[in-house]
Amino acid sequence: MAFVQDAPKDSFRLSMLIYDTRYRSLTIQVVVLILFMLFLSWLLNNTIQNLAAKDRTFDFGFLLSRAGYDINQRLVEYTNDSTHARAAFIGLLNTLLSAVVGCILATIIGVVVGVLRLSNNWLVSRLMTVYVEMFRNVPVLLWILLAATILSETTPNPRDFRVTPEMQAAGEAPKATMLFGIIAVTNRGTDIPEPKFCVGKPREECDADPNEGGLGIIDLGIFKVSLNLLALLVVFGGSIFATRRLKRQADATQDATGVRPVTWWKNLLILVLPSAALLWALGLHFVVPELKGFNFAGGITVLHSFTALTLALALYTAAFIAEIVRAGIMAISRGQSEAAAALGLRPARTMRLVILPQALRVIIPPLISQYLNLTKNTSLAIAVSYMDLRGTLGGITLNQTGKELECMLLMMGIYLTISLIISSCMNIFNRAVRLKER
Amino acid sequence: MKKSVFLGTLSAAALIAGIAGAATLDDVKGRGELICGVNTGLTGFGAPDANGNYQGFDVAMCKALAAAVLGDASKVKYIPTTGETRFTALASGEVDVLVRNSTWTFMRDVDLKFDFVAVNYYDGQGFMVKKDLGVSSAKELDGATVCIQTGTTTELNLADFFKANNMSYTPVTVADDSEGQRQYLAGACDAYTTDASGLAASRASMPDAENHIILPEIISKEPLGPLVRHGDNQWGDVVRWTYYALVAAEEYGVNKANIEEVASTTQNPEVKRLLGVEGELGEKLGLDKEWAKRAIAAVGNYGEIFEANIGSGTPIGLARGLNALWTQGGLQYAPPFR
Repeated sequence: MAFVQDAPKDSFRLSMLIYDTRYRSLTIQVVVLILFMLFLSWLLNNTIQNLAAKDRTFDFGFLLSRAGYDINQRLVEYTNDSTHARAAFIGLLNTLLSAVVGCILATIIGVVVGVLRLSNNWLVSRLMTVYVEMFRNVPVLLWILLAATILSETTPNPRDFRVTPEMQAAGEAPKATMLFGIIAVTNRGTDIPEPKFCVGKPREECDADPNEGGLGIIDLGIFKVSLNLLALLVVFGGSIFATRRLKRQADATQDATGVRPVTWWKNLLILVLPSAALLWALGLHFVVPELKGFNFAGGITVLHSFTALTLALALYTAAFIAEIVRAGIMAISRGQSEAAAALGLRPARTMRLVILPQALRVIIPPLISQYLNLTKNTSLAIAVSYMDLRGTLGGITLNQTGKELECMLLMMGIYLTISLIISSCMNIFNRAVRLKER
Repeated sequence: MKKSVFLGTLSAAALIAGIAGAATLDDVKGRGELICGVNTGLTGFGAPDANGNYQGFDVAMCKALAAAVLGDASKVKYIPTTGETRFTALASGEVDVLVRNSTWTFMRDVDLKFDFVAVNYYDGQGFMVKKDLGVSSAKELDGATVCIQTGTTTELNLADFFKANNMSYTPVTVADDSEGQRQYLAGACDAYTTDASGLAASRASMPDAENHIILPEIISKEPLGPLVRHGDNQWGDVVRWTYYALVAAEEYGVNKANIEEVASTTQNPEVKRLLGVEGELGEKLGLDKEWAKRAIAAVGNYGEIFEANIGSGTPIGLARGLNALWTQGGLQYAPPFR
């Protein structure tokens, strides 16, 4: 007589949560999640408790009160009567300016150095090696301080440019003179001529007007937009569109006949002529800086704090970008350049048409991190007195209002947003250049 | 079950938060060390000397406090703070007391929740320029570039002063005094502005002090003093009365040298109470009888501290001025010890 045993019942027991591999990973995840939430709630609760213990509130109302302090570099209008929010905005623009200029410079220097480091010329490649090793192995803060010190210690005081009547009588030259008569490099900044526009009025009247002459400006509330700049952008955009069409036509001709028509002078004309005509019509002229009182006035002052910060960040980050570019190029097999040479392409063209497009796939992802690094490193600005977001919102505003938590959270949020925007833009670009698989 | 764990954690967190805010005096005694927030380096007020030991007018206050509370003036840990970090350091409990040329203002007292316990130096904001600039008044600074320390009241005063006089200026905001001096000496700014006492201290440390002048205009009131966290009144009282003990000592002619003699011979009841010969003022503060005696013996009276660190005999050479005793036409005045 056969004794049939029932298959074990598949009932759920609590121990299965740990011993059954089907449930174990889920159990661990749930436990970790609970612990994490507990930690978060502890943090939050601790904050609330401590704020209450210190009789402090948590609100962002201070952003709308009067700031009361001045900022030396203002890309848009700001006075000490503006709000703290406005001051933070000025700081944000200064951060972005330094980051954008720094990224562009770093990319240019980085790509050139990276390519040159692979050069067959012994001297050039060694020099580039020295540059890369020097810059990436010294903390960036030291480079920033060094740049600021060099700029302020080796340049003349604005006073040295002064020519007094006695000096004229004695035929003495001032201790310092302006470069080409239009650019003054002082120990505070570089004074460069300012472009001004003027339509239908005498120039003196336009120059006296703080608003731009020419087409004028539109006030958007938060900031003002120069119509002159807008018109120039539209015309230049049109020119670029036209050159694109020209390129497509040339491609079509090349496909049909095998001969590529000469287009470079047409491109040049299309790009330059309309913009130049517009600028002439708007009455473009340059106001040269002049020494008035303690400082130069009339031109645009590029503060040394900005130059030092941006240059040092660009040179530092360029050293990393150079290595990334070198790695990208070395990742392309030698066969590619040999094949290009066999087709009769010259080395420069091989680089531009064959190597770099392929290398970009390797280069872009680490390049994103370098851009993010550079942007975040701009927060070292206070070391050289550059008023970035950290200097205004996270510095003076935080200190004068005592709203540490609010200012820090706001600042973290802003840096996070900037970083996410940069990385999403770069990811879109990465998608455009990556290997297309069909 | 989960809920009870959650609530348990919450109450534990609340308990920890509650303990953290308890009496600073007990914390200091328990720790056996006073943590004092001082300047990163302002000669005469608070700066490390050649051996790395902090010395100065403000630092003497820390030492007096340590002597009064712990019985040993050397049991102080100095935390250097910048204009920007000082208030956060005090509010977070990183330091017990902040003695760092900090101006008593409404906002700091009321909104930032601090208690300024006394004014140890009555000051005002001034300007320093190089002699060869040819400027003799702050009203001639229209269009100038001015170096200024961030996180100070001077930033706001400067904006107000130039606005009131319808002048323009370019601020160069520096992180601390040393960077300010560097920029000023390099000529990156025409004028350097901070409290007049700070200017005198900075000038004293410059290699060519005689080439710099401090302009006559004082553009603000800057009462500088030690401050503690709001709400811990017992600790506030200890700091306040330790300071007044130093002032009172000067008034009654008690100094470092004669303190033992005075304590044994004095017939003045107020001095007897001050030095703990009579009465129990110390016990009321939560200290022992001789707290004030130890403080005075350790650093001297207010006048001695002033002369030793920033007075006319030092390179800084500040006159007593507003900081003379009230009996000599100044503002330093200690309430009665009774």
